[in-house]
Formats: sequence, C-alpha cells, structure tokens
Amino acid sequence: MTLHSLTIAQAHDLLKRRQISSVELTRAVLDRIAAVEPQIKAFLTVTAEQALAAARKADATIAQGRIAPLTGIPIALKDVLCTQGVRTTCGSRILENFIPPFDAFVVQRLNAQQAVSVGKLNMDEFAMGSTTEHSAFQTTCNPWDTTCIPGGSSGGSAAAVAADMCLATLGSDTGGSIRQPASHCGVVGLKPTYGRVSRFGLVAFASSLDQIGPLGKCVADCAWLLQVIAGHDPADATCAPCEVPDYSAALTAGVQGLRIGIPRSYFEVDGLHPDVAKAVLAAIATLESLGARTVDIELPYTKYGVAAYYVIAPSEASSNLARYDGVKYGRRDAETAELLEMYRATRSQGFGPEVQRRILLGTYALSAGYYDAYYRKASQVRTLIMRDFAQAFEKCDLIAAPVTPAPATLIGAHTDDPLAMYLSDIYTLPANLAGIPGISVPCGLSADGLPIGLQLMAGHFEEARLLAAAQAFEQATPFHQAKPRINP
Amino acid sequence: MLTFEPVIGLEVHAQLKTDTKIFCGCSTRFGAPPNTHTCPVCLGMPGVLPVLNRKVVEYALRMALATHCTVPGPSRFARKNYFYPDLPKGYQISQYELPIAVKGHVDIQVDGQERRIGLTRIHMEEDAGKLVHAPDRPISFVDLNRTGVPLIEIVSEPDMRSAEEAGAYLRILRSIIRWIDVGDGNMEEGSFRCDANVSIRPAGTTTLGTRTEVKNLNSFRHVEKALRHEIARQTEILLDGGTIVQETRLWDPDKNATVSMRGKEEAHDYRYFPDPDLLPIVIDDAWIQRVRSELPELPDERRARFVADYQLPGYDAAVLTASRELADYFEACLVLYDHPKTVSNWIMGPLLGLLNAQEKPIEQSPVSAADLADLLKRLGAGVISGKIAKTVFDEMAVSRRPAADIIEAQGLAQVSDSSALETAVDAVLAQSADEVTRYKAGQVKLMGFFVGQVMKATKGKANPGMVNAILKERLG
Repeated sequence: MTLHSLTIAQAHDLLKRRQISSVELTRAVLDRIAAVEPQIKAFLTVTAEQALAAARKADATIAQGRIAPLTGIPIALKDVLCTQGVRTTCGSRILENFIPPFDAFVVQRLNAQQAVSVGKLNMDEFAMGSTTEHSAFQTTCNPWDTTCIPGGSSGGSAAAVAADMCLATLGSDTGGSIRQPASHCGVVGLKPTYGRVSRFGLVAFASSLDQIGPLGKCVADCAWLLQVIAGHDPADATCAPCEVPDYSAALTAGVQGLRIGIPRSYFEVDGLHPDVAKAVLAAIATLESLGARTVDIELPYTKYGVAAYYVIAPSEASSNLARYDGVKYGRRDAETAELLEMYRATRSQGFGPEVQRRILLGTYALSAGYYDAYYRKASQVRTLIMRDFAQAFEKCDLIAAPVTPAPATLIGAHTDDPLAMYLSDIYTLPANLAGIPGISVPCGLSADGLPIGLQLMAGHFEEARLLAAAQAFEQATPFHQAKPRINP
Repeated sequence: MLTFEPVIGLEVHAQLKTDTKIFCGCSTRFGAPPNTHTCPVCLGMPGVLPVLNRKVVEYALRMALATHCTVPGPSRFARKNYFYPDLPKGYQISQYELPIAVKGHVDIQVDGQERRIGLTRIHMEEDAGKLVHAPDRPISFVDLNRTGVPLIEIVSEPDMRSAEEAGAYLRILRSIIRWIDVGDGNMEEGSFRCDANVSIRPAGTTTLGTRTEVKNLNSFRHVEKALRHEIARQTEILLDGGTIVQETRLWDPDKNATVSMRGKEEAHDYRYFPDPDLLPIVIDDAWIQRVRSELPELPDERRARFVADYQLPGYDAAVLTASRELADYFEACLVLYDHPKTVSNWIMGPLLGLLNAQEKPIEQSPVSAADLADLLKRLGAGVISGKIAKTVFDEMAVSRRPAADIIEAQGLAQVSDSSALETAVDAVLAQSADEVTRYKAGQVKLMGFFVGQVMKATKGKANPGMVNAILKERLG
C-alpha cells in the first residue's frame, strides 16, 4: 500500500511504531498532489514548505514518545477556514490576497496536536454553490470521472480525500456542502450538530446554518477528527458548552435494536435518480440485516425546506458579506473614485455572479415591506421543520435518506440554471435548518460508475449514534474500499 | 392669531463606561493613537464572531430600572445594515424588535411645573468608528478605536412641548446616568449624544404634524437653541401656508440655523434582522432584583426626601440633587450643622457661584463640606456676622484654610462686648452731631447711617443686634 492511501488510523499506527516518519508521509502526500492535481484541481494553495517544517516538528515530538491522534498526519483545509499567515480566499477574487492574522478555532485545535496541513482547498465562492464551478479560480474535477463536478461547496475537500491528496480534510456545511460532495466523491462526510464545533475563524456564509465538519476516507477517521475539533469555545456564543463524548469508543455500538426512520415522501421526489433510490433502499435493507428496524415517518414541512433556506441563507449572507467593501482588507477597485463608486466597483468585480445573485436575493428579502413575507415567514417555516424532526425523533433513533437526488452531474450542466442547482439540495438542507447532525457514507455506484451516498441524520448532539451506525454499515459493505482510477 | 404647540421627542445615545468593548476585549479608553484599541473582532475581519460583554447588559439594566422601565423578557441583538467606512462589518449590532427595556419615564421640572416624560425604549448597541478628514487632500482616515464601544439608546415619547423641556429632560437623563455610575454623560466628548424629532401643531389639537429630525446637537446649549430655531422655522412655514417636509436637518452652530441634509439619509432601509451570531439575552427576576437592590437612592427619590425631611423648597431640592455628589455634599454639611435651609442657601449661593465661575464640579470644591459646616456653625453662634462670614468663605476658597484659622488670624471675630460697643457708639454719635439732631427731629431712617458708621469703625466685627440696641437706648 502506498503511503498517501493510508487512513488516519493506519498512518497513526505506523507513526507511533516509528515505521514511517511524518516527513516521509508528508512527502508522499505532496508527491501525490503534484501528480494528480493537474487533473483534479482541488487545491487553491499548497503549503509544501510549511507542511514539511511542521512534519519535522511532529517527528521531533514523536521521537520524544509523545503522539496525539493527529500528530504528523497530513490533512488539508477548505479555504473558508482562516489560517494565520496562509492566504484564505474563500474561493473569491475579493479575498484573493487576504492573509488572516489569526487561526480558526478548529485550526488551533489541529495545530495543538501537530497535524500537518498541506494546503487550502477549492470551493464555491463563499461556499455558495454545490459544484465548485462558482469558485473564482478553478473548477475541481470529480476523481471518479473528471468530466463531472465533485459536488460542493466543499468540492475541493471531497475530491482531495477521494484522490488521496491528503488523509482527511475539514469542510463546512451550510446546506449540504460537506455531505453532498462526500456523496459525489465516495468519501465519508459529517455535518455535526449546530453548535458542536466553534465557528470562530470560519468565514461566514449563513451564520445560523454554517457548521464545520470532517471529510475522510472512512467513518473512523471522521470520528477522530470530530473528537479533536468538537467542544466549547468561548469565542463563539453559539457554540454549545456541552460535553464531548468519546466518539471513537462509541464506534462499535452497532445498530442492533435501533429504529431507523424512513421519510417515505423523500423517495417520491420528482427527479430522484433510480440508481440513487435503489442504492439507498438497499443500504437501508443492510441496516435492517444488522439488527435495526425501520419505521415510516412524516416530515411534512421539509418540502418547504428549499424555499425557506433560499430566503434565510441569502438574507444572512447579504449582511455577512457587507464587510467586503474595499476599505480595510482584500480587493479594492476604483481606488481614486468617490466612495460609492469604489464600493460598487470593488463588489461588482470582486464577487462572482452566484454570490451577487444571493446578496441581491437576501437584500430583497430583508427590505422594508418584504421582510414579513419572506424572512419572517421563512423563519416560521424553519421552526415547523425543527418540529417535524423533533416529532420524528420521538418515533425513531436515526433517519435514513438519500444525500442527493442524482449522482454527480457533468461540469457545466447547471451553470445556466441556478434553480436546478438549488433544488438538488432538497435532502441536505433540512438538517441545517433544524440544526441536527447528518453524515454521508458511500453506499454504492451508479450504472455510470459514480459514487452514491447514504445519508443518516440524528437528533441534536447524537453524533456518537450517527457514527456508530455509519461504522456498522461501512464494516458490512465494501463501498468505502472502492477507489477512483486516476492515471497521473 | 393661530398659535402652535411644539411636539418634541429625543433619541439619546449614551456611552457606557465599561473597561472593554461590547463584543471583544479591546479597551474603551478615549484618546489613544488611531487603531491601537482594535482586534480582528472589532475590525470586522472575515470569520470573527462577537461575544457579549455581560457588564453592558448589567449597566443597561441599571439604567432601565432607574428610569422606571419594564424588562419585557428575552431581548435580542439585531443587525442594522448600511455601508460606511467607519462601520467595518457593514452592519451595526443593535437591538430592534426586542429591546432590553420599554415603557419608562422621568420627571422634569420647568418653571416650577413638574411634568412626566415617557420613555419608549432603551436598547444596547455598538458604536461605530470615526473618520478623520485630511484638511489638505481629498482623503479620509479611518480610526476604529471607538468601534464596538458600548452605547445605550434611550428613546423618549413625543412628550416635550418646548425647547426648555427638552433641555430639562436631557439634564435629568444625564444626571441619572452619572448618578448610577454607568456613563459620564459628556456631550462635548461625544459620550452623550442627542437627536431630536420636532413637529408643531395648532394649539389644542391632538394629531401630530410632520416631523423633522434634527442632528448634530453636541452641547446642551445647542440643543435648546437648535430646537427653538427649528420650532420657529416650522411655525413660519405653516403661517405662510406652506407644508413641512419630513427630512433630517443638521444644526449648524456657526450659521445659527438648521440646514436640510436634502433627503440623503431618508433613503436608508436598514434591513434589520436578528443577529444569528448572538443568542437571545435572558434576564431573570433574580438578576433584576439584585440590580434593583444595588441601585442608589435615585435623584427624584432624593429630591422628594429633601422636601419632606428638610422642609426645603422644591427649587432648592432640585438644585441640590442635580448630581449625586452635590446631594452628598449637602447632607454631609447637615450631619455637622443641622440647619437645612441655611446650608442650602450657602451651597446654592456662594458655593455654586464660585464653582460655576471656576467651571469645577462639586467634587473639586476648594471648601470641603466639613469646613463649610464649621463656618456656618460659627455664623449661627454669632461668632461672626453674615457679612464677615462671606469674607471668610471667600478667603477659605482661596487659601483652603479652615474658617477658625482665618477668623483668628485676621481678628474677624464679632465684637459682642457691650462696654466696647458702647464706647464705639458714643464715639460715632459724638462725631455726628448734625445727624443726631435730624434723627431726633424725626428722620428715623438715619438709624442705618449710625449702624453703618459703627460697623465701619469696628471693621464690620460689631454684633449688629447689640449695636442697634445701644443706639436706640442712646438716641432715646
């Protein structure tokens, strides 16, 4: 087995037994990036020098007999996470040269364990989109078929994991941005409960929906990463001060006796690809064979999820993105013009069309005379969706559903049709609106050989149960072992 | 002729004197070099989050309870969205639908009349930064030291009917803010700012007229002047058959006039919505009870007590409770010399006259409460006359020595020795034969002349009562 193909657990074991060094491992990963990046285009910034320096330090620590779960492990970060001294673009021209003076909370946690970051990953601009085609810099290609999108917005993260360009990554999920690309790239992606992981240093898209989470080659790696990044941070008022369980220890709990809720209406959606329906229903049957039983549940208001989400998220975004005004940092156009013209030029040229579209949507929804009809109504729908889930979780322990209606589409398929792109978020948005955790685990391939994911959702702060069920499914099936064929 | 009644409501922004900013740990100290009291949070860097300073809530709550507001339940921060270079996030974190406090009041006194002014709401918010415009180039500099300094906005009902009432209301608000120690209420430094909504209507009617908002009122003097001007301007327009345009007007102290901002500000739609980065603020009864129990006796309570317990006129009580320190000074005097009206007269007259002339607050009085009480005690005991007492007071203010030292050193003690006084009287009468004749012929007003001459001869130290008695006896 080549070093870059290792999981975190495997690499940790080799590092601990000093059979490999972090420098060797990091070099292997950097070589792999050099070999496949021209085809995949997952990275916006590769920090080879810093990575090797960090690897040497990690080796020194290991040599002293001290090793934490992520010590010396090469990982990579979605470019929405602030990294001190390393540019953080959010996939946008407006932050093309922005170098944060501080680390995000999750980056501090990774650094504390001496994880080795090899670089920053491509994404749809400000995490708005589900293809990476809305990155201002490049479109990432799906390692399984480079003519297809990898999903998004954490498309760079999912593709990098799938193509072995790092052992695992962190992404962010506002409406499915971890789970959907994980599904499209055949890796595991977890969106934790809102409040489980500090958002400090996560460049905000929609503050009430954004959550950071891991993408990895297997469920156990996601559990390890979550263990490191979860927990209270006084710098984020919305970060919950509740205890973090031992996720790795919980992995073996299995699904015996668990009640899996099946929202039947989710399988009657127009546009649900038959290959996806088949794979997900087969996955549910597998869970039953492992001792779980299914119960039908109703989530009547989730059909309004897309509408509510596309009011709430753009509204918050229109405000969150107001700070990119050319005054303090980032891009400035029309330097010598009068103020209003400078604002207009900077924002018109700095933001891409999808971001501008959402700023306009949100500005409109919050405007006097429209607020009640849009923002307030959407917030009320959100409350009803939360209630849907609360009632469902009285009858079941987990909910199983598709992640996306269809496997990855061809690059360019939706670029003229934003509504079609928005509608493909139908299965992932409700978890963000309700604040509950969701995971995508590989559950098969389409007839065209593209990965399909099974989505499992649980109640607030029930990540341990979610990971245990995903782990049981993974152990019982071969799907996570399938690898894309990339010819460097 | 048609007369008009002004209707005025005020929006007051008061800076809270916390050590650190409302959503980060930066210092709030005034006057530091530009952009030195800043961090990624108050600079609005990508990815940062606000964390509420609990002390801000505590101070706002104190102000709410001191102005008889109700605290209606969970309150929320909201974002007020607009672009300006001194606003690094592109929005100000303020409160909108759910302010911390509503429905309060304060009582003001104008021309001996007490009136109650309603408070609509009090809410918390962050201050913006400051732009400094280069005098020689078309360039502005941004100083974000003030960004995130905590403010409360106090919105009144449109209950004021004259510029004087607005001035009285502002003074009361400022005195409460200082009294309960949540702000310094300094208008000139900008820690206490005011905008006014002004309209007029025919006297006796109840519908509100079209209002204008008057801004840039940065001293108490300007507020009353600007309001008088704006009321006169609106009156003139209506009398000429015109209509008032709803607009924002800036007070220009140089032109002595309000000038239109030409609707620039009117186009704003701030698109308020709840700030998703901050949780609702829950203030439970225990918190309210604790803050209430820690409040000092408030100005209006103390004023009422001064009238009831010390039999002071309402006017005296109002003057003495203009600040907590002044009221404390008064009561410290009373502990040593329990004659409230005399003490009040001396504080309101000589002492405040002196302090006003020197533009000093009572805390910097050159004459301490104990020294003033000691002086008044000597006056009351007849050791010195009223006139001498004023001389001694002036000397105390300059030399900062106690009254006893000055009286002794300058030999100012009143002469009450009857044989000494009889000698002095006889000497005066001997030198004033002509006046004595006229007095005896019926010009009794000359008594004042004789008293004056005796006082002059004794350098003012003669006991005036005794001088009178001796003169009457001698002149038969």
